[in-house]
Amino acid sequence: MARRTPLFAIHQAAGARIVDFGGWDMPLQYGSLIAEHHAVRRAAGVFDVSHMCVVDLEGEAVRPFLLKLYANDVNKLAVPGKALYGCLLNERGGVIDDLIVYYLGEQRFRAVVNAGTRDKDLAWMRRHAEPFGVAVRERADLAMLAVQGPEARERVAGLLSSAGAQRALALGAFFGAEIDGWFISRTGYTGEDGFEVMLPASEAESLWHALTGAGVVPCGLGARDTLRLEAGMNLYGNDMDENTNPLESGLAWTVAMGPGRAFIGREALEALRARGLERKLAGLVLEERGVLRAHQRVIAPGAGEGEITSGTFSPTLERSIALARIPASASDQVQVDVRGKLLAARVVKPPFVRHGKSLVG
Amino acid sequence: MSKVPSDLKYTRTHEWLRTLPDGTVEVGITDHAQHALGDLVFVEVPEKGRKVTPGEPFAVVESVKAASDVYAPVTGEVIEGNAALANAPETINTDPYGGGWLARLRPEGAPGALLSAAEYEKLTAEEGN
Repeated sequence: MARRTPLFAIHQAAGARIVDFGGWDMPLQYGSLIAEHHAVRRAAGVFDVSHMCVVDLEGEAVRPFLLKLYANDVNKLAVPGKALYGCLLNERGGVIDDLIVYYLGEQRFRAVVNAGTRDKDLAWMRRHAEPFGVAVRERADLAMLAVQGPEARERVAGLLSSAGAQRALALGAFFGAEIDGWFISRTGYTGEDGFEVMLPASEAESLWHALTGAGVVPCGLGARDTLRLEAGMNLYGNDMDENTNPLESGLAWTVAMGPGRAFIGREALEALRARGLERKLAGLVLEERGVLRAHQRVIAPGAGEGEITSGTFSPTLERSIALARIPASASDQVQVDVRGKLLAARVVKPPFVRHGKSLVG
Repeated sequence: MSKVPSDLKYTRTHEWLRTLPDGTVEVGITDHAQHALGDLVFVEVPEKGRKVTPGEPFAVVESVKAASDVYAPVTGEVIEGNAALANAPETINTDPYGGGWLARLRPEGAPGALLSAAEYEKLTAEEGN
């Protein structure tokens, strides 16, 4: 039996197409996926992301615990409210999950992990938390809405007290704060500005109605996927997993290899780097008609072969884009086997789209 | 509810077929099918002169999320693919039984087992459950 968020009845009443995602019944789209996508690029859209798992990590030794468990360096987190994206790695350097960690206080950090990896993440964290005396507390009492787009922050601010609105609008990128009883952060998964709001599950419905009443467009996981892919953001399970490492997944920027850091997976990554990285995660722009899809074969002349990890039609660029794991030595021209035909694609550095603008020419 | 025009024939795989006055047939995908696929972004129509048999994949329609084969409903030869769809695949979403036609065929021999509108409606109602 799939799990349901506190907003499930609303999605159903709105006529959303419901799909299973990570063991949850989630809205794929309410009407036109492309219209939902454009709403986020041009105005504001709201996503129910309550399936994501919020975990509070509490105790005197939370920071040392995260220094060991997290491949990014939580010592970058000095100002309360600051967020940091990174990975949990296994001893082989494989990616257990990607997540955001918020610094709430010296004895309290908050992690937001993927729905499909919830169980193994919690088990992994609890296993390592014990020696540090850290409590791993899942916040199943919270719902989460992502409000994204150039008008998103104003729409959310309009629902807050005047002091709350002022504080919310003053949040810097990748900062969050407890405001009017909600945890509001300036984060997202779309390449647009916006907020993610964590709030008591019992208040989720009224926030949803208030936002949609203010003209914010309900958006499903379909648009969330096209938006994140245009923004060059990885999807766990597609673009990386336990059998791939962050260095070959476009995530080297999230791995802090500074001196003295002893996080799980570091030794494996150093060994990999010493041997030389053979693959890279790159962006592809299809130069012909067609649509790139996950698992299609990529041919890099003279360098070998690779595979698309995520592919879609980009509503903003009106052509197909993809992330692909390809030989590190691949040139900027490759071919993709699309349903038996070899089509030309150009290799680019993601993101493809940022703040509504094409970055790939 | 999706539209199921009563003057057309249908397949279990959600194609429709219209017999034209000259005996040729026009083929497309149903309103139910376009709705299930969502926004269409790419269409590959068959080339003129191609011989097809019932159940053979002869066109491809791709939405943002997925690619789907379209199956030939009858035996015959392709007279024309709808070239206008290359630049406007969304026509299948907005006008599945008109401008969204995929191909015209010259059928050979007797048509196979096709569904009436009432039978197709019943099929989609069952699938909806």
